[in-house]
Amino acid sequence: MSDTSVTPRSIPDRLQSPAARLLASWELLLLVVAVAIFIANSLASPYFLNAWNLSDATFNFTEKAMIAFAMALLIISGEIDLSVASIIALASTAMGAAASVGFGTPTLVLIGLATGLACGAFNGVLVTRMGLPSIVVTIGTMSLFRGISFIVLGDGAYRDYPSDFSYFGQGYVFWVISFEFVLFAALAVAYYVLLHRTNFGRTVYAIGNNVTAAQFSGIRVERVKFILFLLTGLMSGVAAICLTSRLGSTRPSIGTGWELEVVTMVVLGGVSILGGAGSIPGVVIAAFVMGLVTFGLGLLNVPGIVMSIFIGLMLIGVIALPRVWKAWRA
Amino acid sequence: MQMSVESRQFDDVQAGAPVLELRDITKTFPGVKALDGVSLELYPGQVTALIGENGAGKSTLVKTLTGIYQPDGGAIHVAGEPVVFATAQDAAAAGITAIHQETVLFDELTVAENIFIGHAPRGRFGLIDWTAMRSRAREILARIDAELDPDTPLRELGIASKHLVAIARALSVDARVVVMDEPTAALSHKEIEELYDLVDRLKAEGRAILFISHKFDEIFRIADRYTVFRDGTHVGAGLMADVTEADLVRMMVGRDVNQIFPERRKAPGDEVLKVVGYAHPTEFEDINFTLRRGEILGFYGLVGAGRSEVMQALFGITKPSKGVTRIDGQITVIRSPARAVEAGIVYVPEDRGKQGAVIGLPIFQNVTLPSLGRTSRNGFLRLSEEFALARHYTDRLDLRAAALDQDVGNLSGGNQQKVVIAKWLATKPRVIILDEPTKGIDIGSKAAVHAFMAELAAEGLAVIMVSSEIPEVLGMSDRVIVMREGRIAAELEGDALTPETLVRHAAGIGAPA
Repeated sequence: MSDTSVTPRSIPDRLQSPAARLLASWELLLLVVAVAIFIANSLASPYFLNAWNLSDATFNFTEKAMIAFAMALLIISGEIDLSVASIIALASTAMGAAASVGFGTPTLVLIGLATGLACGAFNGVLVTRMGLPSIVVTIGTMSLFRGISFIVLGDGAYRDYPSDFSYFGQGYVFWVISFEFVLFAALAVAYYVLLHRTNFGRTVYAIGNNVTAAQFSGIRVERVKFILFLLTGLMSGVAAICLTSRLGSTRPSIGTGWELEVVTMVVLGGVSILGGAGSIPGVVIAAFVMGLVTFGLGLLNVPGIVMSIFIGLMLIGVIALPRVWKAWRA
Repeated sequence: MQMSVESRQFDDVQAGAPVLELRDITKTFPGVKALDGVSLELYPGQVTALIGENGAGKSTLVKTLTGIYQPDGGAIHVAGEPVVFATAQDAAAAGITAIHQETVLFDELTVAENIFIGHAPRGRFGLIDWTAMRSRAREILARIDAELDPDTPLRELGIASKHLVAIARALSVDARVVVMDEPTAALSHKEIEELYDLVDRLKAEGRAILFISHKFDEIFRIADRYTVFRDGTHVGAGLMADVTEADLVRMMVGRDVNQIFPERRKAPGDEVLKVVGYAHPTEFEDINFTLRRGEILGFYGLVGAGRSEVMQALFGITKPSKGVTRIDGQITVIRSPARAVEAGIVYVPEDRGKQGAVIGLPIFQNVTLPSLGRTSRNGFLRLSEEFALARHYTDRLDLRAAALDQDVGNLSGGNQQKVVIAKWLATKPRVIILDEPTKGIDIGSKAAVHAFMAELAAEGLAVIMVSSEIPEVLGMSDRVIVMREGRIAAELEGDALTPETLVRHAAGIGAPA
């Protein structure tokens, strides 16, 4: 025993193979849940297994998931942005105002993205430059951004969008495959690469696990966090374009409550709310799970309020289950 | 000074019998047998030193003793009766209390609240009886000669006073067994002496003390008995009077350790770093020094002399209010650690767990973190390159780990330190600053770190070593800067470098007449 510890030994790269790791992963468990819900839905309602119905179902999550990808990185880094739904409202209002004075679709898209970026930059400056806690800052900007939207619109609404603007939320690329779904898939791949395959993604994990040691290791922590706030703002702008295009109108209440659904999606996807852990595949599967549940319950004519109760219970359940499981095994 | 020691006897313990006995304790973690059939006996009114290298199982034993871990096998007896500590509360109820290296107290609560947390005196309706709590706190504090106000919030106290509060807490539960886990690690010389007095008093009151320390002078000063662990096994126990330091070292490492520092040829090269007029509003002032290639420059001083603060300013963590850094003669402005790393200055911090290792990330990712630019292509990770780089440097440091993708948090302190050093060497630095590089690590790892420092200097790296251990400072440094109260008190070299001169300058005592 003591002899082996004296001789130098070569340390293997990995203790477990990547395949073994996958088998024990949260993502796989979530995938099983998704498949189970899919089967349950198809048994419960005869209308479920229909290509167009399923295509419709994806609209339940595609826009929220776009924000959830950026939010996942932000939460892994130990920060959070609760103003995302309000950024949607502000970006949508800005686009509506521009549309009402006759700007065309390309300009509207740019305005939507720019508003998102500006809001993200505002949050980012307050958190990284002034050192304020992000939860407080973004609760503040949550009221601020939507408040501006309310001042501009009041009881009114913007409806004068150019006809080609509707493509983002209502267009189909091929058969039942919507533009939004294609965008969702492309962004999923992009964020997967960013988080899991680049130096930037690695620094996000390092910051989330130990911000001091990350800084002491020469990582520009403030810069990384600022970029993450920018990305989250930008994705809120993208979601605003899709949602506004789909609804064809802007009211100040657009997207109300989405911040919690986005955070739910991220946490359900296995991202640690304390930071440091999580993955994009997890968030993708969580998006499908949430979409399937809401759609399935909708087909069964379950009222919206019951759905949100169900989503809430599901969230608490998935967070509690691993702990209960560990306690039971110990 | 009044000594109102109520010499409480624990009647259920027979004279000469141990108050606490652990028999054949085994504890296994995934992949590691942390404790393999160890035993330990603690006697009332005696100090037992628990000795062993890092990773020998000392911490695991303490956690077993205090109910944090449950052993897989073996038995614990208190006063001859078998007991099971299912929770930390069970152990506390049996009169076992622990004072940790970094005290686990509550900064936002007062001294009295800290002393009585969990067992505050209750009045009517089960509410806390604040008057009784204060007066009993005052009583206990007086018993240990601690001049502390029970109403002071803990965050206003220094580390030594916090230890006193922890000890007062131990007395308040009438602990019959007090575990002290490296209690002197963060204390000054004077505070250590006061702690020794306190230990003597606890002995006089008939309490059994388990004292864990890496410092042999300390062990010989206060322990009555010893128990030695190695690799999770029990290798020896007995009376301190019967052993020598060499005996204990042999038991710890299972071989004779050459305590001599590595032989070094002193041939400092060109000047790499020059610090001129560094100042900080509160921490330090008028700091000037130079550093050459191949040189080891020691920084000695008492805790709080401002050594770490100077180093952190040099590394871009805190901003000096005045002063210039020149690297190879060029003025270099370092505003962030990122900039410092680019300029070739790296810093191995004293606080490994908080500032050094990114606990939660695997070993190889810790090593490559500042070198991602080299292991990646166009910003995209290349894992095979990362493993290769990590393997190169961890092999060189003789890291002990199960796999390179293991969480660095699962390693012992000495091995975490190796990961942090490997991380910096991988950046190919010009200047490496080591802040208390061997603090709290075992003799074996210590010798390895010393040998490695000598090797680095021989390769032409410029090394700054901040250390509070005189043998280390004398054994390793070419030149020593002594700091006191934020200023450079002396720069010593050659014959002027003796234990006496170091201590005199650090304490501000003039040269002997």
